[in-house]
Amino acid sequence: MQIPKSFLGFKRENGRAGTRNHVIILPVDDISNACAEAVANNIKGTIALPHSYGRLQFGADLELHFRTMIGTGRNPNVAAVIVIGIEPKWTKRIVDAIAKTGKPVEGFSIEGVGDIDTIAKVSKKAQEFSMWASEKQREECPISDLWISVKCGESDTTSGLASNPTVGNLMDKLEPLGVHLCFGETSELTGAETVCAKRGKTKEAQDKFMKTWSSYNDFILKEATNDLSESQPTAGNIAGGLTTIEEKAFGNFQKIGSRKFIDVLEPAEEPTKGKGLYFMDTSSAAAECVTLQAAGGFNIHLFPTGQGNIIGNPIEPVIKLTANPLTAKTMSEHIDVDVSKILSREMNLDQAGDELIRSTIKVANGRLTCAEALGHKEFVMTKLYRSA
Amino acid sequence: MAKTDIIIHDKKDNVGVIVIEKVSKGQDCGCWIMEDDSSFKVKSEAEIPLGHKIALEDLKEGDTIIKYGHDIGKVIKSIKKGDHVHVHNVKTKKW
Repeated sequence: MQIPKSFLGFKRENGRAGTRNHVIILPVDDISNACAEAVANNIKGTIALPHSYGRLQFGADLELHFRTMIGTGRNPNVAAVIVIGIEPKWTKRIVDAIAKTGKPVEGFSIEGVGDIDTIAKVSKKAQEFSMWASEKQREECPISDLWISVKCGESDTTSGLASNPTVGNLMDKLEPLGVHLCFGETSELTGAETVCAKRGKTKEAQDKFMKTWSSYNDFILKEATNDLSESQPTAGNIAGGLTTIEEKAFGNFQKIGSRKFIDVLEPAEEPTKGKGLYFMDTSSAAAECVTLQAAGGFNIHLFPTGQGNIIGNPIEPVIKLTANPLTAKTMSEHIDVDVSKILSREMNLDQAGDELIRSTIKVANGRLTCAEALGHKEFVMTKLYRSA
Repeated sequence: MAKTDIIIHDKKDNVGVIVIEKVSKGQDCGCWIMEDDSSFKVKSEAEIPLGHKIALEDLKEGDTIIKYGHDIGKVIKSIKKGDHVHVHNVKTKKW
């Protein structure tokens, strides 16, 4: 197949391109959710991103909170941003960092004003942003403007056999065209960690990966009361035939095809070493992982599933594929790409990879994903430890 | 092309994955190895559902299960060729 050289995206002030054109109302903290949601309810063409944290966090956990907030606002799928916090200081820090992209952003704080007047004030600004963004047109953008993140969920053995290798096939075909790629799931590489580390392009990347994985594993060994057999694999994984974390890890690992990663990113960190594949240290919980990858600047997501994970994200479209013929049949409204014919050998991996590329371009051009059409917008912050 | 009931990732693997809705006890199953595109047959000793694993050889307690050409766990209860391989007879080596 001739791989398309371009897609229709929204060009942003900083040179990136978006596959979506969202105006977001971003609460800094949990108690600003109500205000953010009221504004989004008032003004059409905006979405609120409520979440559970942002108070009394400190140290690395607070830095991750800021990185996730700022990265979400900076993502090229976002045209303009309203930030609402209880206090002005943290709100301003987020606004200033997002403003560096050149996109419209404005911050508001509720303390001393109250919800009702804040909602009125913010709604006026949100209306201005929404109508401004609605004028933006899609333009031809090189395929290298795609930043593709991947994460699998509710995996079973069909994931390792077919849907994950389909993503790997896409990576093998698109990486030479200059796209950015990202995989994560530190915990779900357990068992395949040494094999995965060898995929680091440099000794530095390999060592950084092992350090990241070991730090996770030390934490597990310290906190685990018995073992993780109840959590990893999950009940859904086991029902689908996956027996051990090692088996799950080797299946998971198929998503990167034969690619090598050039760097290891902190959670929600934006890559800076140019095109190619990155590993991001993330949770393996679907919504947490995709939220972090979106905050890292990735603008389209591929999500292979076995038993049928239904996740979506508010700003990064999530394309779901499955190779499990039962899931494709019983949960068809969640499946964008059905590659189950690989199992009956009516389709090979090369054909499946091409099919996924076609769907990815369609979605990049604006076609809604199943998750978008169904209203899935899971925005879940990763919290590293308890608050002060 | 013979009908494929079981797919095996790697020549070194001692388990395969059921890729049809289920195999029945005593069924003569068509196996296909992805790595080298070779085929063979194995007789199932149990009813095994889609996505679950079948043993391709006799395995005893302490043996290693190989899939994707790699170690994915240890046998905790002996397994006969054609048996269902899962959490009742295999455990992780990690925890």
